[in-house]
Amino acid sequence: MEIFGDWTLRVVALGAGLLGAVSGFLGSFAVLRRQSLLGDALSHAALPGIALAFLITGSKATVPILVGAAVTGWVGTLVVRLIVQRSRVPYDAALGLVLSVFFGLGLVLLTVIQKRPDAAQAGLETYLFGQAAALLRADVIVMAVVAAVVLLVLMLAWKEMKVLTFDRAYGESMGLPMARLDGLVTALLVVTIVLGLQTVGVVLMSAMIVAPGAAARQWTRRLGSMVTVAAGIGVAAGVSGAVLSSVVPRLPTGPTIVLILSGVVGMSLLMAPERGLVWRRLQLGRLRRRPRQEPVLMHLHALSLQHPDDPEHGHEVSVLRTMNPPDTDVEGALTALAERGLAGADGEGLWAPTELGRREAARTLARLDLEDAR
Amino acid sequence: MNPEVEILLIAVVTSVACAMPGVFLVLRRLALVSDAITHAILPGIVVAFFLTGSLTSPLLVVAAAATGVLSVVLIEAVHRTRLVAEDAATGLVFPAFFSLGVVLVTRWAGKVHLDTDSVLLGELAFAPFDRFVVGGADLGPVALWMMSGILLLNLALIVVVSKELKLATLDPALAAVLGFSPVVLHYLLMTAVSVTAVGAFSAAGSILVVALMIAPPAAAYLLVENFRPMLVVSAVLAALGAVGGYGLARWLDVSIAGSMAVVCGLIFAGAFTFGPERGLVSQFRRRSAQRVEFAARLLAVHLLHHEGTEREDVECAVSNLNVHLGWSEPAVGRAVAFIVARGMTVDKGGVLHLTEAGRRFAEDLTAGVAQPGSV
Repeated sequence: MEIFGDWTLRVVALGAGLLGAVSGFLGSFAVLRRQSLLGDALSHAALPGIALAFLITGSKATVPILVGAAVTGWVGTLVVRLIVQRSRVPYDAALGLVLSVFFGLGLVLLTVIQKRPDAAQAGLETYLFGQAAALLRADVIVMAVVAAVVLLVLMLAWKEMKVLTFDRAYGESMGLPMARLDGLVTALLVVTIVLGLQTVGVVLMSAMIVAPGAAARQWTRRLGSMVTVAAGIGVAAGVSGAVLSSVVPRLPTGPTIVLILSGVVGMSLLMAPERGLVWRRLQLGRLRRRPRQEPVLMHLHALSLQHPDDPEHGHEVSVLRTMNPPDTDVEGALTALAERGLAGADGEGLWAPTELGRREAARTLARLDLEDAR
Repeated sequence: MNPEVEILLIAVVTSVACAMPGVFLVLRRLALVSDAITHAILPGIVVAFFLTGSLTSPLLVVAAAATGVLSVVLIEAVHRTRLVAEDAATGLVFPAFFSLGVVLVTRWAGKVHLDTDSVLLGELAFAPFDRFVVGGADLGPVALWMMSGILLLNLALIVVVSKELKLATLDPALAAVLGFSPVVLHYLLMTAVSVTAVGAFSAAGSILVVALMIAPPAAAYLLVENFRPMLVVSAVLAALGAVGGYGLARWLDVSIAGSMAVVCGLIFAGAFTFGPERGLVSQFRRRSAQRVEFAARLLAVHLLHHEGTEREDVECAVSNLNVHLGWSEPAVGRAVAFIVARGMTVDKGGVLHLTEAGRRFAEDLTAGVAQPGSV
């Protein structure tokens, strides 16, 4: 395709794709650990850092600005933790408080900057919604390095990450460095979010973290494949969003990527096999249509108990029909039981439970007794 | 009216109007719903603005508030599928709404007087330009009228269903048993939050509405113990935040909305640090008082243990206590001062002796511990 020959577009697409990959990796863990909204607070808390870095250095160079953003973002997470530990203000209120107050501070600093006579400040607002077209080759290299580090950490500490995600107390009891790993993951999340600010912006970076993981979760029940699928979704959404917003005039990058991601999440919630809503509806219908075998088996068992000397004494279908509600598909249930080897008919069409069927029924009865006793 | 007074009035009214539903959000662990709603109203604002051409038309308020409530419904629907956790559901739905709004705004930028910055950040300084004129008479800024109306609505809501909301907030199960539908109350509250957010966004910007809704109630939550005082204190703190924020903005010539958020944050930090019962400082004081009291108890037991023994002069000498008890000198000094001040010991030439009261105190402490079987 011709557009991929475009150097700028290639850089932009590569950058957004890398960002999507890292977001998918780390976002999977954030989603599983119920930290989805931490990213929201963190990215908003980065705004004053961006403005402060500009005020101190007086330039829009990427690295100092990202360092500033990372510092205030990290301070934001510390403040959230301090508030939750030292007061009765709940976690969600602490997040909202830090998010909005830090953002307000950032806004105040931005207006301070706007008053400065030099015109160099133009463009700091792009951090609000991201501007992928402004990505430079150096930015992409930084992203690639971060992606490599994240991947390396995940590979080296894979089982520790698993324990941290699903059973932290167990990990601590085994003497694994859970607190240090938690700190490391949070630090990597801060770095990822800060990197994303240029592309997606302060306001929407949280969606970049949450959406790939939430979508991937629907397609698999294994952590390894979830992380891989999430990274794949992140890459696809990042590249297509960046390309679209570069090709179509006046289409901001961040919102475009987020809308694509939202579409993917919606599709996953509906369509994913085993978990998706459509799939579950189909499954429910199949269960409803299937004749209920258990009551019929229990009735056969009850009948056979009437004949202690001949447990396989056969009974007519009509007998069973009188024992069940009128709309029961008794024949269907009997056929299904016969298929499973739990019941059988003799040559005259008289039904009796097999040895296996009687044992199965007795087991069910024992279980029901146990439940009653409880 | 002077435009500055008008801006200040709008700021105060907006701030107090936001704090009222905020009290319920903080108590019901729904604080981030304000974040979700303030973002999700954007597409509603944009579409309604295209249709009406005015940011203060009542139709816009209704349409945008409906989008906010819709986003809450959607978040709950996504959560109810049990495919994602509630925080993730929130984090998925509102960015989608917000993105849609931003794309709509930027695609039609230039055709309308509405841009993302003004929605996101708000600009209170422009509020007095939009006048409410009836039959040629200028009745003041539209924003002031609108926010006062919303404040009155919120107050009316609180007065009318305060008992029910309080019950549903503090004991949802009991509320349901008594026949108050928590769902209806929940959506009443969500509607109030949405309407308030829509009214306030042009003054405060969508993200700073979150600060106004959460910070004053969260600060009040640390200052008072009851529901009604919390409402009153929240309103007072919100008004203080507005006045302080306006003053700060005037003084430094910066964004009014941003300054209001910062001052609200400072007010919370003040309550968090210096709150009379729950502040960091009083937590620290209480803890050190407990430490001294505990040390004094140990000291009393130590004195009782060595009373009348040969080594009493050594063990109970003030100058040796730091070695014998393994405490720092200042800690010894504080414990000795505590126990002497309460008349439990007397200092005779550098050696501590228990008084009658001190002996009883120490014996009470050791009763059942020192002698097994004595209960």
